[in-house]
Amino acid sequence: MSTQFDPPIVRPAPRRGLPGHLISIWTWRMAWRDTRTSRRRLALYSFSIVMGIAALAAIGSFGANLERAIEEQTKTLLGADLALQSQDPFTPEAEQLFRNLGGEQSREISLTTMVYFPRTENTRLVQVHALNGGFPFYGSLETEPATAGEEFRQTAGGAVVEESLLNQFDARVGDSICIGSFTTNILGRLKKVPGETVGLSAIAPRIYIAMDDLPGTGLLQPGSLARFSVYFKFGPNTNVTALVESMRPQLEKLRLRHDTVEERKRDLGRSMENLYHFLNLVGFIALLLGGVGIASAIHLHIKQKLGIVAILRCLGCSVGQTFAIYLAQGMSLGLFGAVLGGLLGLAIQSFLPRVMADFIPFTFQFHTGWLAIGRAMAIGFGICLMFSFLPLLTVRKVSPLAAIRVSFEPQVARRDPWRWVAGAVLAAGILGFALTQSGSWRIGLGFAAGLGVVVGVLTLIGKLLVAATRKMVPARMPFAVRQGVANLHRPNNRTLLLLMSLGLGTFLMVSLYLVQQVLLNQLISSGGQNQPNAVLFDIQAAQVKPLTSLIRSLNLPLLDETPIVTMRLSSVKGRSVDSLLSAGTKRDRGWVFRREYRSTFTDHLRDGEKIIAGHWVSQVDPDSTNAVPISVEQEIAKDLQVGLGDELVFDVQGVPVTTRVASLREVEWRRIEPNFFMVFPRGALESAPAMHVLVTRVGSSEDSARMQRAVVKAFPNVSVIDLTLVLQTIDAILGKISFVIRFMAMFTVLTGLLVLLSALAAGRYQRVQESVLLRTLGASRGQILKILLVEYFALGFLAALTGILLAVIAAWALTRFVFHTSFVLDWESVFLPLVLVPGITALTGFLMSRGILSRSPLSILRTEV
Amino acid sequence: MNTGAILEVEGLTRLYASGNGMLTVVKDISFALAPAATCSIVGPSGSGKTTLIGLCAGLDQPTSGEVRLDGITLGALDEDGRAKVRNDLIGFVFQTFQLIPTLTALENVMVPLELRGERLARDPAIELLRRVGLLERLAHYPVQLSGGEQQRVALARAFINRPKILFADEPTGNLDSETGKLVIDCLFALNADAGTALVLVTHDTELAKRTGRIIRLQGGSMVNGS
Repeated sequence: MSTQFDPPIVRPAPRRGLPGHLISIWTWRMAWRDTRTSRRRLALYSFSIVMGIAALAAIGSFGANLERAIEEQTKTLLGADLALQSQDPFTPEAEQLFRNLGGEQSREISLTTMVYFPRTENTRLVQVHALNGGFPFYGSLETEPATAGEEFRQTAGGAVVEESLLNQFDARVGDSICIGSFTTNILGRLKKVPGETVGLSAIAPRIYIAMDDLPGTGLLQPGSLARFSVYFKFGPNTNVTALVESMRPQLEKLRLRHDTVEERKRDLGRSMENLYHFLNLVGFIALLLGGVGIASAIHLHIKQKLGIVAILRCLGCSVGQTFAIYLAQGMSLGLFGAVLGGLLGLAIQSFLPRVMADFIPFTFQFHTGWLAIGRAMAIGFGICLMFSFLPLLTVRKVSPLAAIRVSFEPQVARRDPWRWVAGAVLAAGILGFALTQSGSWRIGLGFAAGLGVVVGVLTLIGKLLVAATRKMVPARMPFAVRQGVANLHRPNNRTLLLLMSLGLGTFLMVSLYLVQQVLLNQLISSGGQNQPNAVLFDIQAAQVKPLTSLIRSLNLPLLDETPIVTMRLSSVKGRSVDSLLSAGTKRDRGWVFRREYRSTFTDHLRDGEKIIAGHWVSQVDPDSTNAVPISVEQEIAKDLQVGLGDELVFDVQGVPVTTRVASLREVEWRRIEPNFFMVFPRGALESAPAMHVLVTRVGSSEDSARMQRAVVKAFPNVSVIDLTLVLQTIDAILGKISFVIRFMAMFTVLTGLLVLLSALAAGRYQRVQESVLLRTLGASRGQILKILLVEYFALGFLAALTGILLAVIAAWALTRFVFHTSFVLDWESVFLPLVLVPGITALTGFLMSRGILSRSPLSILRTEV
Repeated sequence: MNTGAILEVEGLTRLYASGNGMLTVVKDISFALAPAATCSIVGPSGSGKTTLIGLCAGLDQPTSGEVRLDGITLGALDEDGRAKVRNDLIGFVFQTFQLIPTLTALENVMVPLELRGERLARDPAIELLRRVGLLERLAHYPVQLSGGEQQRVALARAFINRPKILFADEPTGNLDSETGKLVIDCLFALNADAGTALVLVTHDTELAKRTGRIIRLQGGSMVNGS
C-alpha cells in the first residue's frame, strides 16, 4: 500500500449563504442522490398539491376567458346602448323624452302568461316578449333556423320559442301555439338572447312575437303584470353614461329604470368576479390542504434523514449546506407537483366552461389561459415552499454529535427565531392570497380567519380525541384493538394530520350538502301534502266566480282567493315621494319609493306571516274617513324608515288612500304562495280595481295539465303556476349550482385522499419497524392487519366525526344567519360520511400495507429498517 | 499559543442537564497529542469516552475548558467554522460505520472532497477503495455490503480529505474479531502512510496497546495517561 498523502490545508470557511448553496451544483447532486430510496414516496407527497394547483389553474383560465369575453362582447351584453323600462305603459311625457333622445329605437312589452300547444295539448307559464324595431342592435337572437330571429317581427309572422320549452313538450318548428287568444306557428327555436342566462329563464321560458301581434292575444289589460321597454342605439360618439346622468332627475320623476352597457358590464363583471373569487377560494382550500400534507410529509421525511444530516455535519458539511440540500428536495417536490398540477389544470380548464354554461349570459371562444396556469403553478410552488420551510428548519438544529451517540436525542429548538419567521411568512402568504382573491378586506380577512378557526377547532378536537383515546381504551379489549387505538396517541402518530386533511374535506362536503338539503326541504315542505301547489293569477274581478266554478267542477279544492290591488306610494310621513327622491335618497333605497306595490286586503293573516309589533286590524268601515290601519312587512318598513303609527299615502290607480302603520309583520318569503309587503284590512280596498289570485292543489301532473288546459281555453288571460314544476325547476337549478360547488369541493376531497396516501406512505417506515418487531415476537399477519385496520378505521372515524360536527355547526350558522331559516338535520348526510370516510381510510391503509404483510421480517430488516 | 501539538485539550469539562440536577460527563481533562502520534481512550461504559472525542472533534461544545486542533481554538469558532475544521483536518471512523445509505460506496468516499468543492474527487476515492480492497464494490450501496466492508468504506472516507488527525470510536465494536483485525490493520496502515495522528476509543486493551499512549477514563475523569 503506497499512497502519498498531501498535508491538509485549512482554508477560511466561505460565507456563501443559502442562495449561494442553492446555486451550487453539488447541493443539487447531493439532494438528488439522497432521494434514491425515496423518489416514489416523494413523488407521492408532491401529489398533495396537484389538485389545488389544477383547480386554481382551471379557474384562473376560466376567469381570464370570462374577462376577455365580457370585454369583447360588451355591447351584446345589453343588445343596445341604453334601455329604459317601466311597469306601466309609457306616459306622454316619457314618449316626449324618447323623441328628444333620438337615435334608433326598438320597443318591447313583456308579460308572463300561459301558452297552449294544441298538438300535444300542453300548457305552460311563459314570458312573452312582443318586439318591434331592430333590437338587439348588437349581437343577435340566436335561433334555429337563423332566419327566424328576423322573420317573427313581421305581423302574423309567427313565434320564436325557447328551445327548452320545445324540448319539454316535444313541440316542433311548424306546430301551432296559442298565446292568449292569438294562435300562430312556431317559427324557430330560441337558443340565446344577448345578455340573458338560461338559468333565469328556467321558470318562465321566453317566447318572442311581433309587437303588432300583441293586441290579438288580449293579454295586455289594465293591471296586467307587464314590463314596457324601449331600447336605443346612438351614434358612436354618444357618451351614454353622461347622457343618463344628465337626465337622471327626469327618469326618477317618470319612474323609468335605466340600463346601459356600462352598468350591465359592471354588474355582470361584479357577479362574474364574485363567482370567480368564490371558486378560487374553494380551490385555494384544496391547495392549503395539500400544503398541510406537504408539511407533514416533509416533517416525516426529514425525521428519517436526521442520521444522514448528522453524518454530513461530521464530515464538515455546514448548516447552510445541509439545509440547502433538503430545501432543494422541497423545491423539486414543489416544482414536480406544480408541473403535474399545471398539466391537470390544462386538461380541466376546457371542461369548466361547460359546467358553468347555464350561468354565463353569453357564449365565448375558449382560449387556453397560459398566464393563469403559470400563475397557479407559481402559487402552488410558493405554498409548497412555505409549508416545507417549517419542517425543514429541523435540519439546522441537528448536531453532528448524533452520529456518534446512538441515544442522542435531537433538541428541537422551540425558540428558534426562524420558526417564527417561517410561521409569519406562511400566515402572511395565506392572508395575502385571501385578500387578493376576494377583492375585499372584509371577505379576505373573514376567509383567512374562518380557515384559521376551522383548522384551530380541528386541531383542538383532534388533540382532545387523542387524549381521550389515551385514557378510554379498556385493558380487557382485544390486543389488536388496544394496539391499533394506542397508535393514535403514540409518538410519531399521524392523528392530527389526518384529522386535518380528512376532517377538512369531510367538513366542506357535508356542510355544502346539509345547506343544500335544508333549502330544498324547505321548498318541498312548501309544496307538502296539505299545502297549495297551483296558483292561478291575473284573474279579472268578473272572472273570479266562473273560474271558481270551473276549478270546483274539476274536483279541485279552492284553498285561497286573494285580491291584488296595484298602487304606488305618493307620500311617507307627510313628505311626498318626489321630494324624498329629489332629496338625494340613496340609489339602492330609491326603488322602495318608486316601485309599484301589489297589495291585498284580507281579514286574516296566512301561516307564513307573524305580527312582530303592533296589532293586526282585520276589518274597517268602508265609509270611514280615518287613515286605514295597515300591516307592513318589517324589512320594507326599515327601508322606508317607517314605524308603528307612521302615515303612508298610496295612489291607488288615481285615488289617494291614507294609511297608518298599525302592525309590522315577519313574512316567510320562501313559501310559494302570494306574499305581500302591504296588507290592508277588509273594507278598505273593495272598490278599487283588483286582479285576483286563486290557489288550489292538484294531485298529479296529469290533474295539473288537465286543469291548465281547461283554464287556458276558457280564460286565456289567466296564468297558472304549477308549483310542482317550479319545484322541479328550482331543484334543477340548485342541482346545477351545487354541482359546480361540489365539482370544486371534489378537488379538496381528492387532495384529502392524496394527503392520506402520502401520510400513510410517510408513516410506512415507522409501521414497518413496528410490524417487523411484532412479527419477530410472534405476531401473525392477521394480527398485524387487524392492528393496522383498527388504527386506520379509528383515524378515519375520528376525522369524519370532527368534520361532520363542524359541518353541522357551520350549516346551522349558515341557515340561521345567512338564509334566515330553521335548520333541520338531514341524518342521512351525516351517517353516510361517518361510514364512508373510515372505510376509505382503512381500505387505503390496507392497500398501502400489503407489502409489509407479505414479506419476510428478515428481508425488511435488511432493506428498510 | 501553538505548542506544535496537533491536539491540545485543557481543563475540558462537560455537564449535561439530568432530571433536576447537572450530570458531569467529562471532568477537567487535559492532554496533548503530537502530529502523527497515536493514542487510545479506554474506560468502562459511561465513563465519558465518546463525549470526550466528540468535544475533541468539535462535534459538541464544552461547558468549560478548551480544545485546540492544529493551533485552532475550536471554542472561538461558530458551528460552520468547526464544520470547516472537521472537513479540512479531521477524519472519523464510527462504531456503526455511519455510511450514507442512499450513496454508493464510491459516492460515500467522495463526499468530503466534494464538500470542499473539489471536482476531481472520483480518482482519489477509487484509489482509496482499491487500497482497502473494495475496488469491485464501488457501485454498491451500504445495505449491499457486509459490516467489515462498510467499515472499510468508512476508513477510505476518513482518509480521503488527507486529515491531520483521525478519531475512531470503537471501530471494531460491531465486527467479529477476524473482520475487526482486518479493519484495524487497514486503519493503522493508512494512518502510518498518511502521517495522521490517531485518537482511538476502544474497550479492547490489546488494541489500545498498539497506540503510543493510553488515556484511561473513569466517571468522566482521567485516571492516568500513559
